[in-house]
Amino acid sequence: MNKISLIIQQEYLSRVKKKSFILMTLLTPLLFIAVMLVPTWLAKAGDNEHRNIVIADQTGLYESVFTDTGNYSFHYTTQHITPRYDTDGDSEETYAYIVISDNLLNNPKGIVIYSEKQVNVDFKSTVEQLINTYLTEEKIASYNIPDIKKLIADSKTNINIATIRLEEDGTEAETSTELATIIGIISTIAIYMFLLLYGVQVMQAVMQEKTSRIVEVMVSSVKPFDLMFGKITAIGLVGLTQFIIWAIFITGIIFPMGILFGAGKMSTEATNALSSMQGLPATTLPSEAFDNIEYLINGIHFPELFICFILFFIGGYMLYSSLFAAIGSAVDSESDTQQFMVPVTVIIIVALYLGIYSAQSPDSGIALWSSLFPFTSPIVMMVRIPFGVPAWQIVLSLAILFASFIGAIWISSRIYRVGILMYGKKIGYKEIAKWIKYKE
Amino acid sequence: MYYLEALNIIKQYENHRALDGVTVQVPENCIYGLLGPNGAGKTTLIRIINQITAPDSGIVNIRERCLCEEDISRIGYLPEERGLYKKMKVGEQIVYLARLKGMSKNDAQHEMHYWLEKFGIGNWEKKRVEELSKGMQQKIQFITTVIHKPELLIFDEPFSGFDPVNANLLKQEILELKEKGATVIFSTHNMNSVEELCDEITLINRSKAVLSGHVHDIRERHKKNLFRIRTAAPLPESLSHEYKIIDKRQKGDYVESIVMKNGNLAPSELILHLARLCQLSAFEEILPTMNEIFIDTVNANLYE
Repeated sequence: MNKISLIIQQEYLSRVKKKSFILMTLLTPLLFIAVMLVPTWLAKAGDNEHRNIVIADQTGLYESVFTDTGNYSFHYTTQHITPRYDTDGDSEETYAYIVISDNLLNNPKGIVIYSEKQVNVDFKSTVEQLINTYLTEEKIASYNIPDIKKLIADSKTNINIATIRLEEDGTEAETSTELATIIGIISTIAIYMFLLLYGVQVMQAVMQEKTSRIVEVMVSSVKPFDLMFGKITAIGLVGLTQFIIWAIFITGIIFPMGILFGAGKMSTEATNALSSMQGLPATTLPSEAFDNIEYLINGIHFPELFICFILFFIGGYMLYSSLFAAIGSAVDSESDTQQFMVPVTVIIIVALYLGIYSAQSPDSGIALWSSLFPFTSPIVMMVRIPFGVPAWQIVLSLAILFASFIGAIWISSRIYRVGILMYGKKIGYKEIAKWIKYKE
Repeated sequence: MYYLEALNIIKQYENHRALDGVTVQVPENCIYGLLGPNGAGKTTLIRIINQITAPDSGIVNIRERCLCEEDISRIGYLPEERGLYKKMKVGEQIVYLARLKGMSKNDAQHEMHYWLEKFGIGNWEKKRVEELSKGMQQKIQFITTVIHKPELLIFDEPFSGFDPVNANLLKQEILELKEKGATVIFSTHNMNSVEELCDEITLINRSKAVLSGHVHDIRERHKKNLFRIRTAAPLPESLSHEYKIIDKRQKGDYVESIVMKNGNLAPSELILHLARLCQLSAFEEILPTMNEIFIDTVNANLYE
């Protein structure tokens, strides 16, 4: 049996059978679902405490404004009340006092809320909304224009522009910019996480082999290149396995669940969260945009996206993990890895930033170039694909990426074969450059 | 016929030459010692034989043809720095390493059980390596070295780090492997084990082979005409320079003397000469120990 495949088999099975891998693989989708559902659930649940509020309206104008809501009972009085700290501690506690001292149309500062505890945001906004609605109507009424309410209702528009992407084959695909952004950002973050997580795993595995001194026994049986390549491949396959399990989970659980629990609301919140993350104004997207979510999802080519994700993951992973393997082979201990780790992680993080930037302008020059440059392309290209990328760009980007990873593996294997047998020496970049030049 | 020949090996590292034209010829089915102080180049030579590194020049032959990649499975190597996969189970580990040497899974398992039973550790198969003591790990390491029945065994400092019980076990196993037809190379500082085990040696010092041959021949070559003599009465000083008394000691009812023979005299002539002088009850030539030869050679080299 071929030695590389034997190494791959051993390394792969030993990792996949680990309890930590099984737990991670099963728990992460659950965690993901929880992250999506919990805010929705919390917002719905709210707090149900019943509160009494006293309104001391010295003007006597606003009695009709305050009608009891589910959580708040308003007690209206025109008496002059001086709110003070309640020391009696009686059961019917007053949550807050609203003191209105002046006509609010003339003097917007004529209303104050007094309370013993800081009032919550929900209460403050409820009161503000009640007053504002009332005052707006008052103002409109004061213009004395007949049928004004009807005119205003007529003048309200609600437009959600349909975006249709023209396909190469002449068909039209109804798309959603918001959805493309979400999917782009999710795949970018996923590929970034996979690259970093599994790259570091390769480094640790190589270092472990070196420090436990098993490596000399190993290289007396197999070529250093085979050992390194087998190890990288096996860990990459573990990553792919995990990704495919998650993809099955997500399509099998989250999509049906999303439709069940009202995809519109959940997705809107998710988009808001995402757009605020990007620093975009957190506009509330009209929920109609998601009414036909199923229809829009069809506008994104999932098989294409899936295949691209796998290809870019393989390319990016091979590129980065071969560098990580070289680092692992060159150092003696975890603490020595820092000086080599920093440049690599900086590049990955820059790639992530470029990816998030590209979500906003997927066709800009920076987005194009960084999706061709091999160290950033796996991350940036994934964000662009949901927006539609010409096939030649994807092919070119993949070609560059695969060519670079072959180069990176070649260089790394030259560092690796020297590094793994080198102990007790502080290694710098100069030293490593020399190793690359050593002949067999 | 030589099983393994390394001819004129040169290996240059950046700042020093690790091996400078070293030639080692290992006959089939013998135990061959590679001796030398630390940093002399032994491990480099061993790595070259194992094809872990390649020499800058020189060739390595196995059975009179060039060493090639397939020969890896003919060699069993126990490196000086030993290690195992700590998290792996003993059985899994042995089978994995055996398969990397080209054994089939079934053969590997079969052989593993033979060795585990032989060492009386049949119940360890399912244990993780990290659960075992150092001595136990050494046994596992030894099994992984010999499981694929290599024709050539290379032990780098096999006795360092082994406790006396395991070291003795190892010695017995090495002798047994030789009996079964294997060729053994081992590098060591432990000169007692050299006298006990090795048929031939090469002493490497400062990147060069400075001494090689049969252990017995080398000791003969380095003898200094010293004899241990037991007599009833104290030995008189030699009047005609036949011998010189180096040391004289009363031991119970006899006297033991160390004498240095005159180089021109044959040992039998000395016996005759001594027998005439006093009552001789024992006469033995003292051969230098490998340890003495090692130290002398290395020190002599130092002043060259």
